[in-house]
Amino acid sequence: MEKFGILESTVVPIKVKDIDTDQIIPARFLKATSREGFGENLFRDWRFDEQGNPKPDFVLNSARYSGSILVADENFGCGSSREHAAWALVDYGFRAVVSSYFADIFKGNALNNGLLPVQVSPEFLKEIFKHTEENPQQYLLINLPDQTISISETEFSEQFEINSYKKMCMLNGYDDIDFLLSKKADIEAFEKQHIEF
Amino acid sequence: MGKTLFEKVWNRHVVSEVDGGQEIVYIDRHFIHEVTSPQAFDGIRNRGIGLFRKDRIVATADHNVPTKDQHLPIKDFLSKHQVDTLTRNCEEFGIDLYGLGHPFQGIVHVIGPELGITKPGMTIVCGDSHTSTHGAFGTIAFGIGTSQVEQVMATQCLLLQRPKTMRITIDGTLQKGVFSKDLILYIISKLGTAGGTRYFVEYAGSAIRSLSMEARMTICNMSIEMGARGGMIAPDETTFDYIKGRKHAPKGEQWEKAVEYWSSLFSDEDAVFDAEFNFDAGEIEPMITYGTNPGMGIGITQKVPTSSQVASPESLKKSLEYMGLNEGETLIGKSIDHVFIGSCTNSRIEDLRIVAEFVKGKKKAENVTAMIVPGSKQVEEQARKEGLHQILEEAGFELREPGCSACLGMNDDKIPKGEYCVSTSNRNFEGRQGPGARTMLVSPLTAAVIAVEGKISDARNFVGVEVPA
Ligand code: SF4
Repeated sequence: MEKFGILESTVVPIKVKDIDTDQIIPARFLKATSREGFGENLFRDWRFDEQGNPKPDFVLNSARYSGSILVADENFGCGSSREHAAWALVDYGFRAVVSSYFADIFKGNALNNGLLPVQVSPEFLKEIFKHTEENPQQYLLINLPDQTISISETEFSEQFEINSYKKMCMLNGYDDIDFLLSKKADIEAFEKQHIEF
Repeated sequence: MGKTLFEKVWNRHVVSEVDGGQEIVYIDRHFIHEVTSPQAFDGIRNRGIGLFRKDRIVATADHNVPTKDQHLPIKDFLSKHQVDTLTRNCEEFGIDLYGLGHPFQGIVHVIGPELGITKPGMTIVCGDSHTSTHGAFGTIAFGIGTSQVEQVMATQCLLLQRPKTMRITIDGTLQKGVFSKDLILYIISKLGTAGGTRYFVEYAGSAIRSLSMEARMTICNMSIEMGARGGMIAPDETTFDYIKGRKHAPKGEQWEKAVEYWSSLFSDEDAVFDAEFNFDAGEIEPMITYGTNPGMGIGITQKVPTSSQVASPESLKKSLEYMGLNEGETLIGKSIDHVFIGSCTNSRIEDLRIVAEFVKGKKKAENVTAMIVPGSKQVEEQARKEGLHQILEEAGFELREPGCSACLGMNDDKIPKGEYCVSTSNRNFEGRQGPGARTMLVSPLTAAVIAVEGKISDARNFVGVEVPA
């Protein structure tokens, strides 16, 4: 997992609510047995027509927007638990997703893959959409150590929450397995007294 | 202060607490399938570690399998590769696999309960969001991502933030022709697709108590559609009767002990929930969805909302455009192209019985293709034993072999672009049943009625309830 510290980038805005993981990566692309290559099919049916031609009105095909931060409207990542959604976003080149609300499983999956989910207030989200629409070159600055997100060179800035353990993992590029493996003795001790019917 | 059902089960599984308030939680059963496990097995291999407790893992092939000619090799190369990879991994690591051809094969959330693997008071996970189904037994069960699949393989534990608790109480009696599927679609339409996010839900009340286990599973199954981590129902006599005698059910003295423990699994009277909702079952009509998420549901006699009635007019517009529907439109009478009865929500024997009872002696409408995909080999067997397959076939329904099928269209069972499919599954997302497919979620009876009528109809009118138009 890649370490995450401070990220400054232009953004790709998708002003749609309740983006489910079936849109992020449709089920028919889940047949791979490795983690690589999912970026090609990120937002497949919004991005390409049936012949595989890019749809010009979708933001990933627009020359106007690019960057490693995806900004989406409320309740991002709902639906299926497929981690392929997080892999597709990372594989495409995103390092952070900003929204006013994240679905639980997606949030966990993102954090386990070094993709930072940044939950901002609905007002702040509006400001980001507004600023980036007016100026696609507008940068966002995400500072994980300080837990702040700012619209660069403006007065707009906000704190965001992240679990302290998860923050440590993101900063150091650790994952949960390394941590859990270090607790094996505790787990074995637990098993001795755990009765299951 | 008393404890909730959720807290009683959760607390028994906490190994320890770590910084930041996360807890290490022990997992009793881990179900795996072909789509979300291969990368986890690779992870285990790359780390050079083995499985921590292979006996706690159960595997099946369901998402990707064909529902026709399952005895022949899978034609789609990628699907075949994925299913074969699961078989190889299970052999290499010594995991019980109910794969294709096995008499117990089926959708993971159907076979767990059916085999008596799912039991009250357990923690169960699977790399699949509808793992919440197992909560119907008073089990903490939830979907996880593939990294977590790997965590459980490596340590039988997960690092988790304790969710908040919510209780949804439904009292009263469901009308004739209205089922638990309608009930859960109704609740989701009220709470929205994010209404349950961060929560674990307990369903309670007299309407829930009177439901069969299979009907309860349908409710818990769809908890995830309102964003909840999972749903659960306190176990009772209905639960014990269901489990008794199943393959993995405790026997003899063990059974007595188990029932004694299971009987302690309920929310204490003075337990406090972080959120509470109440609904009256009698008010619920047969439900149908008009939009592109499961929260966009209405009573079948209601009209599609208009932009002034919803919180997000943009979302409404986008989804109605996709669905080819208009604001304020009535759905009754609308012609339908496909009926799909299946998925982990409604593919159990009771669902098939409801459908067969209705279509007996009738024929499906000419304009409709009707497909029934049982949830497991055992359901399929049972349906044959009861002669349901004959009734269904005579009515023009195609009875397939078990799998996820058109619920997510990973195999050949896809709905063509622009066509309408009334489905007993759980998700009506854009493209879920195939690119451009237009899905409307309903109960099995509503699906059966629509298959026969060829158009959207109120099931109550066909089971002796007079509903004024
Ligand atoms: S039937 Fe559908 S919802 Fe259920 S496990 Fe299969 S794909 Fe998921």
